Amino acid sequence: MSKPFDINQIQNIIDTGIPHCSEIGVKVHEMDDDGVTFSLPYQERFAGNPVNGILHGGIITTLIDTAAGMCIYARVKKYLPIATLDLRIDYLKPATPGLELFTRATCYRTTRQIAFTRAIAYHTDPDDPVANSVGTFMLKSSSTKPLDEVSKEKGE
Amino acid sequence: MQQMTSEEFVETINKSREDKDWVRVFDMIPYFSFLGMRLEAKDGTLICVLPEDKKFIGNPVLPALHGGVVGAFLESTALVHLFATQDVTRVPKIINITVEYLRSAKPIETYAEAVITKPGRRIANMRIEAWQADRAKPVAAAHANFLVS
Repeated sequence: MSKPFDINQIQNIIDTGIPHCSEIGVKVHEMDDDGVTFSLPYQERFAGNPVNGILHGGIITTLIDTAAGMCIYARVKKYLPIATLDLRIDYLKPATPGLELFTRATCYRTTRQIAFTRAIAYHTDPDDPVANSVGTFMLKSSSTKPLDEVSKEKGE
Repeated sequence: MQQMTSEEFVETINKSREDKDWVRVFDMIPYFSFLGMRLEAKDGTLICVLPEDKKFIGNPVLPALHGGVVGAFLESTALVHLFATQDVTRVPKIINITVEYLRSAKPIETYAEAVITKPGRRIANMRIEAWQADRAKPVAAAHANFLVS
């Protein structure tokens, strides 16, 4: 069976369909049955601390929220409107200034209406994470078109 | 980014609390500048404002703000509240945050206010709420813990 998702297509959805993600420069690395791996290159404009340049927690939340949402598509193997209900982030250690931040998100359970996700954020070693997260998402949250159709209209 | 020491940063925060001028602190923090946040202090309340900006959109169809931006704004509002109300000796560090998304947030000006639910010696437990046109209809709320000393 061919892979239902191709990374270039996902990157295109992000670049053309999600303005905030293209603004901050979210990069897609992996999307498979188990989940997704995204990253964000270090940028000084996202620092929360002017003394040491450590990233603001909010930008880590944004990267995790994006990946946690998209990993649901990997699990259900289609695009559908989703909305975050609840997202918890534990900040385990400060992000290292200058290093790209990666996130790996997996959807471990879906019901007809709800999806449950886990995600970690890390620089080089997933076993030494910067942040840990669990999220809950509503499926088919609105009657709007899914994002792949939007980006098709915009990108092609 | 301006080069400054931790002492200078804390000193600026404490000075802003005295003269109630937060523009210089917001200017100092790159991510606050990126959000374009400002603080409106009146009648004893401290309300943070996130301006309307297309770059915050996460769903262009609805359209709606990106959930991450809403979470980031809530976290930032809590931090500003700590700056403005606590005599800080170090920059408070976030430990964790749980964001509840209550309604789809439209890409318009958004407001948030924080309260300290438990001001501990080492930990401040905070509750933060964000709303748009109608304060009685919050778009998101969060609980967060900060390490304050």
